[in-house]
Amino acid sequence: MSPTWAGLAQVGLLLLALAVVYKPLGDYMARVFTSARHLRLEKAVYRVGRVDPDSEQHWKTYAASVLAFSFVSVVLLYLIQRLQHLLPFDFGRTASPGVAFNTAISFVTNTNWQSYVPETTMGHAVQMLGLTVQNFVSAAVGLAVAMALVRGFVRAKTDRLGNFWVDLTRGTVRVLLPLAFVFAIVLIALGVVQSLKSGVDVTNPDGSVSRIALAPAASQEAIKELGTNGGGIFNANSAHPFENPSSWTNLIEIFLLTVIPVCLTRTFGVLVGNKRQGTVLLTVMGVLWGGMLTVIWWAESHPNGPLALLAGGAMEGKEVRFGIAGSALFANATTSTSTGAVNSMHDSFSGLGGGGTLLNMMFGELSPGGVGSGLYSMLVVAIIAMFLAGLMVGRTPEYLGKKLGKREVTCAAVAILAMPTVLLLGTGAALLMPDTAGALNNPGAHGFSEVLYAYTSASNNNGSAFAGITVTNDWFQSTLGLCMAFGRFVPITAVLCLAGSLAVQRKVPETAGTLPTTGPLFATMLVGTVVLVAALTFIPALALGPIAEALA
Amino acid sequence: MVRQAWAGLRILIVLTTLTGVLYPLGVWAVSRVPGLHSTAEGSIISQNGRNVGSGLIGVDPVAQDPEHDPWFHTRPSALAQDPLGPADPSSSGGSNKGAANDDYVKVVRERKDAIARREGVDPARVPADAVTASASGLDPQISPAYAHLQAPRVARENGLTPAQVDRLISENTSQGIGDPGVNVLKLNLAVQAMKRG
Repeated sequence: MSPTWAGLAQVGLLLLALAVVYKPLGDYMARVFTSARHLRLEKAVYRVGRVDPDSEQHWKTYAASVLAFSFVSVVLLYLIQRLQHLLPFDFGRTASPGVAFNTAISFVTNTNWQSYVPETTMGHAVQMLGLTVQNFVSAAVGLAVAMALVRGFVRAKTDRLGNFWVDLTRGTVRVLLPLAFVFAIVLIALGVVQSLKSGVDVTNPDGSVSRIALAPAASQEAIKELGTNGGGIFNANSAHPFENPSSWTNLIEIFLLTVIPVCLTRTFGVLVGNKRQGTVLLTVMGVLWGGMLTVIWWAESHPNGPLALLAGGAMEGKEVRFGIAGSALFANATTSTSTGAVNSMHDSFSGLGGGGTLLNMMFGELSPGGVGSGLYSMLVVAIIAMFLAGLMVGRTPEYLGKKLGKREVTCAAVAILAMPTVLLLGTGAALLMPDTAGALNNPGAHGFSEVLYAYTSASNNNGSAFAGITVTNDWFQSTLGLCMAFGRFVPITAVLCLAGSLAVQRKVPETAGTLPTTGPLFATMLVGTVVLVAALTFIPALALGPIAEALA
Repeated sequence: MVRQAWAGLRILIVLTTLTGVLYPLGVWAVSRVPGLHSTAEGSIISQNGRNVGSGLIGVDPVAQDPEHDPWFHTRPSALAQDPLGPADPSSSGGSNKGAANDDYVKVVRERKDAIARREGVDPARVPADAVTASASGLDPQISPAYAHLQAPRVARENGLTPAQVDRLISENTSQGIGDPGVNVLKLNLAVQAMKRG
C-alpha cells in the first residue's frame, strides 16, 4: 500500500465509522437532553448541589450558572495545582503561579493550551483530580450551551431555556463518561499506558540506563479527544508512543475528537423537527474539512522549504508510524475541532501546511468544531448568513421560523467578532513587547507565525501550538489566559442571550418568501460567510506569516 | 451569581469524585487484568529478568567503538544533546524548527553527512526520517529504507549474513493502516539473539 492509498484508506475508514454512529449517537443525544427522567446518580448530584432539576432557567440565570461554574472551576483547579505537594502521586513536581493560572483557565475553557512540561510539572493527582475533571465538564458546558441555543429555536413564547445543572450533569454522565470509559480500555488494549508510577527504569541494550516516564494516560487520552480538549499527559501529546502507539490508535483518536461535534448536527436536526436542517450544517462542515485536509495533506507530501528539500521529505516533527498522511489528517481534525491535541509538531510544517492549520482555527473552529461549540458557532454563522441575505433582498431575515431582528443579529455579531478581536489585539500587543523576540524558536516570517498561532489557538480555545515559542513569561501566561477566557465566555454569553431572545418569540409560519435553509444555496451561503469573515479579518496577518513563508 | 457559585462548587465536587477519582481509578483497575496489564505499564521488554526497554519507545544505542558500530540506530531526537545521540525518555518533544530555519538546515546536513560516513554510502541515499527529529523525540520506528541502509554495516559488525539481517528487518516491520515502520529496539534485540545463536 503506497502512502497515498494508506492515507485514503484512513480517511475512508474514518468517514465510514462516523456514518455508522451518526444516527444512533445523534438520536441518543437528542433523547438525553429532552428526557423528563433523571437517573439515580443524577438525582444524587442534584441533591448534593441543592438544585431543583425540574425548574427551568431564564437565559440570564443559565448564563450566570455557566459563568459561576466556570469561575469556581478555575479557582479550584488553580488551588489543586498550587497545593499538589499535599496530594499523593506528586513526585515532587510543582507548578508556578503563572503556570497554574494559565493552566486553570486553559482547561476550564476547553482550550488545554499547555505552557508546561507535564512530565516535570504535574503529578498524577493533579492530572486526575484537576485536569481530567475539566476535560469532562468543560466539554459538557459546551454541550449545554449548544442545547440551550437549540431550545431557543425550538421553543416559542417562553423565557425558559432549560436547566444548566441538568444539562451539565447529563452531558457528563450519559454521554461523555460511558464513551470515555469504553475507549480508554480499548486504547490500553492497543498500547496506551495507564500507570500510577512516575516512570520505569530500564537498562538499554547498549548498557546505558534510562528512566521512561509513565502516567495514567489512557483515562485522560479518551476524554481528551472525545471532549475536544487536547491537553497531553506527556509533553509530546498524541505524538508520544504511550498516548498514541500505532496507526490504529491514531485513527481511533481522530474518530473520537470528531464524533460528538459531527453527530450533534443530527441531534440538532432531530430537535428542530427537520433532519435536513442538520444535514445541511454537516455538509458545510464536511466541505470545509475536506477542503482544508486536501490543502494540508498536499502541502506536507510535496516537500517545500530548504529543510524538507534537503531531507527528502517533510518528516521533521512527524512520527514514522503515522507518516505524512496520518499526521496531516490528525492536524486537520485537531484544528478544525477545538481539540488542539497534536500527533506531529505543527511548528515544523511547511508554510502552506502550517497556514492551513491556522486558517482552520481562524474559521472559528466549526468544521465540525468543538463539543457543542462547533454547533453553536455554526448556528451563529447561519444567522449572519441569513442577515446578509436579508440585506440583499430587503426583507427581515428568518431562520427556523424565528425572525432575526436587531437583538438577534447583534448577539450573533458579538459572538462572531469576539475571537478576532482578542486574537489580533493579543498578537499585535505581543509583537510590541521587547521580550517577544527572545521567546521565538525560529527567525523571520515563521517566528511571527509562532506568535500569531499562539494567540489564534488561545482565542479559539484550540490549544495546539507552534510549540517552539517559549510562553512562560508573565506577559504570555496572563494575556494568553485572558484570550482564552474572552474567546470562550464572550461568545457563550452572547449565544445564551441570543437563545433567550429567540425563545420568547412566536414562530412565524413559512411563506413563499422564506429562504429555504436545507438546500445547496443555503449551504453555499454558509461556506461563503465563513470564508469571507475569516478572509476579511485575517488576510493581513496571514500575509506576514504563513503566506510570506509559503511564497519564499 | 453567588448562589450559582455555591451550587457550582458543590456540583463540581461531586463530578470531581465521579470523573476525577472513580473514572481514572476504575480504568486503572480494569487495566490490571492479564492482557492489559503489560501495555498499561509501558509494554516493557524483559530479558533474563532485566528490563531492556519499552517496545514503544526508541532510545538510540551508542556504540562503544564508533568504528565498529553493531547497532541499528533510531531517528534523531530533539531530546538528545548532540545532532545524533540518545534521547532521554523521561521527557518528550520535537525540535519545533521551522521549514526554512537556516541554522537547523545545517544540523540536518551534518546528520546526513555523518550517517552517510557511518554507512559508507552517498549522502543522497540517506532517507528523510534518518535526518529529521521525530515529533515525540522517542519514535520507536524507522522507515524500512533507513533500516536497509544500515543493514550491511550491522551484518558485518555482528558477523551475520545480509540475508539474515534482511529477514530480521522484515520480521520487525509493521504497517497497521499507516506507513510501514521497523521497530529499532526489537530489531537490535533480535540481531543480538541471532548473534548469540
